[in-house]
Amino acid sequence: MPLTGVEIYKLLPKTNCRKCGFPTCLAFAMKLAAGQVELSACPELSPEARKALEDALRPTMRLVSIGKGEKKIDIGGETVMFRHEKAFLHPPGILIRIKDTSPLEEARRVVKEVAGYGVKRAGVNFALNGFALQNESGSPADFLKLVEMAAETELPLVLISSKLENLKMAAEKIAEFRPALYAATKENKDYMLSLAKDFDCPLVVRSSENLEELAELAEEAGKAGVEDLILDPGRRSLIDSLLDLTYIRRLAVRRGYRPLGFPVISFPGEGASSPEEEMILAGQHIIKYSSLIVLDNFLPSLVYPLLILRLNIYTDPQIPLSVEEGVYKIGNPDEKSPVLLCSNWALTYLLLSSAVEAANIPAFLCVKRIEEADVLCWCHHCLRGLQPGSLNPDEVGQFVKRCGIEEMVRHRKLIIPGRATRFKAELGQALPDWEIIVGPEDETRVEVSLPEFARRLG
Amino acid sequence: MAKLELPTEKWTARVKEVKLGGGGRRTVAIGGASAPPFLKPEGSFPNPPRIAVEIRDDRALSFPQVLRSAWGDAVKSPETWARQAAKLNPDLLVLRLISAHPDRGNTGAAEAKAAVEQVLSAVDLPLIVIGPEVPEKDNEVLAAASEVARGQRIGLGNCVAENYRTIAACCISDGHVAIAKTPLDINLAKQLNSLLNDLGLPLESIIADPDTGALGYGLEYGYTIIERLRLGALMGDPALATPIIAHAGMETWRHKETRVSEAPPSWGDLKERAIGWETLTAFTLIQAGADIVVMCHPRAIELVKASISKLIGDSSSN
Repeated sequence: MPLTGVEIYKLLPKTNCRKCGFPTCLAFAMKLAAGQVELSACPELSPEARKALEDALRPTMRLVSIGKGEKKIDIGGETVMFRHEKAFLHPPGILIRIKDTSPLEEARRVVKEVAGYGVKRAGVNFALNGFALQNESGSPADFLKLVEMAAETELPLVLISSKLENLKMAAEKIAEFRPALYAATKENKDYMLSLAKDFDCPLVVRSSENLEELAELAEEAGKAGVEDLILDPGRRSLIDSLLDLTYIRRLAVRRGYRPLGFPVISFPGEGASSPEEEMILAGQHIIKYSSLIVLDNFLPSLVYPLLILRLNIYTDPQIPLSVEEGVYKIGNPDEKSPVLLCSNWALTYLLLSSAVEAANIPAFLCVKRIEEADVLCWCHHCLRGLQPGSLNPDEVGQFVKRCGIEEMVRHRKLIIPGRATRFKAELGQALPDWEIIVGPEDETRVEVSLPEFARRLG
Repeated sequence: MAKLELPTEKWTARVKEVKLGGGGRRTVAIGGASAPPFLKPEGSFPNPPRIAVEIRDDRALSFPQVLRSAWGDAVKSPETWARQAAKLNPDLLVLRLISAHPDRGNTGAAEAKAAVEQVLSAVDLPLIVIGPEVPEKDNEVLAAASEVARGQRIGLGNCVAENYRTIAACCISDGHVAIAKTPLDINLAKQLNSLLNDLGLPLESIIADPDTGALGYGLEYGYTIIERLRLGALMGDPALATPIIAHAGMETWRHKETRVSEAPPSWGDLKERAIGWETLTAFTLIQAGADIVVMCHPRAIELVKASISKLIGDSSSN
């Protein structure tokens, strides 16, 4: 069980020395319990108390790294059941499985495509994380060729073989990249535990029986000194994996049950009969508690939505995403194209740019950083449009002048969202060269109004 | 090692059950869950999440190309479209009176009445009618819809802060259900339920639409608000215990990912991507606790439906 603030308080010096930045030790204890401050902020802790608190505050789900260098991924380390309780912290790795029964040239093509795959969105690139390589053929030579070829990408790998000697040979070859080894079971555990220990690689433990057997395996691994574990509860259907993964997460973060305090790997393709079904299962695994998702199908049209789902669910609910301030081009705008002003809140930017694109009118978006309640919001959900808010017209005016838009267009017509009508006069004063045009209420009406406006400009 | 006890949790309350249909029309019950989505060991689910097919009264002019080709000629009237939609065997229909929108034709009560009548006589599916989401126009067309559907217990939306008195009056006098929409804010959702309740509309006649964005466009807000509403209901707050509807389709098909065919290769095929986009949006909202998802593409509907069946079907015990 995670410690409560009062339990923590009992171990603190109780001097209210304020060196931690909080007025009392109790206040600090409450912040610690909520995970909002580090233990090291208290300089007066006794060594015994420090040790006791470190142990107790250690996250009950271990953070496990796979791979090496810049491309390594850290998975697990989650602390809550629901993102609104705090946030989901470590986005699941999404891997593509390749079997060594496919011709090496074909495998090479897939590896290259996956490694180079990325979708750019609001200035950020979203990519896949690596590969699960499976020794389907049973041949040591074929497996090794595949593993060595994929290792060249330096992306994280999971090595899968039921032939333990083959797994050992491949692991030995690329141990420095810290691949995850799949999988230790009740039957092969002695061999697999020593393999993971010898090469210092993360180890997947699997039970297709039940969570109790899985916990037993994990405990044995811990006793053998293998600490970087990944759990595979084995069952693959939508409902079984929902229940298993929910229970594992609850045991880890709610009950403080350390034997299952590890990230989970899932194989959506094994519970699906089509790529679309695999996408749905993978979607469930993103939302509900998988930390490493192995896809059998690499279809950009289905991978793209999954990468965006991962982004959405792992966004910190307390920190809305934003984009860089500046001028953004939609399509290929020219000196006659419309100019729209909006805030740098990512949702506003995404909705407005998507609406402009759907209208098929090239345009410039002047994206201004806004601190307070967002009065330059175009979003039809009206999250911030409802708030009174304020706007500093001089600051906006200076931004428009220095952002470079005046060199990009010949006209001087600036469209603001309909909900910002009340700032029209002030903005006009701050930007005497510009005509301030009040646009539609929200982005959903841009599709209809923008073409007409663009015609008048042209 | 001691036997591992599975960490099931106890929930103290149940989501309200709302019935649509009747008066000769097929009925469907919405909500009623006593545990978080699909966690069968912790409660019961008298009704699975329902799928509504969205049809419109504008000959699909507001639909993007992928949707228009999926529906073909059927969209030429609400009547033919409703018949075609019924073939997908959905739980209910949503008729969106979009032609009343000032940008989309600005039609009025007479046209709304005709469209609703057509749909009511074409199919016997339970119906929800949604206005153009401009409050004063909504009042006009929804009052007309309410009257023609009197006694057949349809859903009327959107019922929002600006017009809730009018919509509540329609629901009370004609026996309908209010679709109470609030903009991505759990407190506003709770408040609107209470306001409607105070006017004499029972919670059994309210379905909450807490709003959502599509995948990539604010889905996380909708997801989390629906999740919080559902947990709040199960933990005993009656003002949060209304069933939840989510417009996965409409939100999805606004965006470039479902509309733009000239895209980078990493986006993949437009049709597959767009169907995947709607499918994942709807499925994610169901996992959060949505009791009705409103969807547009026949293939996405089929996929989500199959997934729901798998989730409510029998599972081997752990």
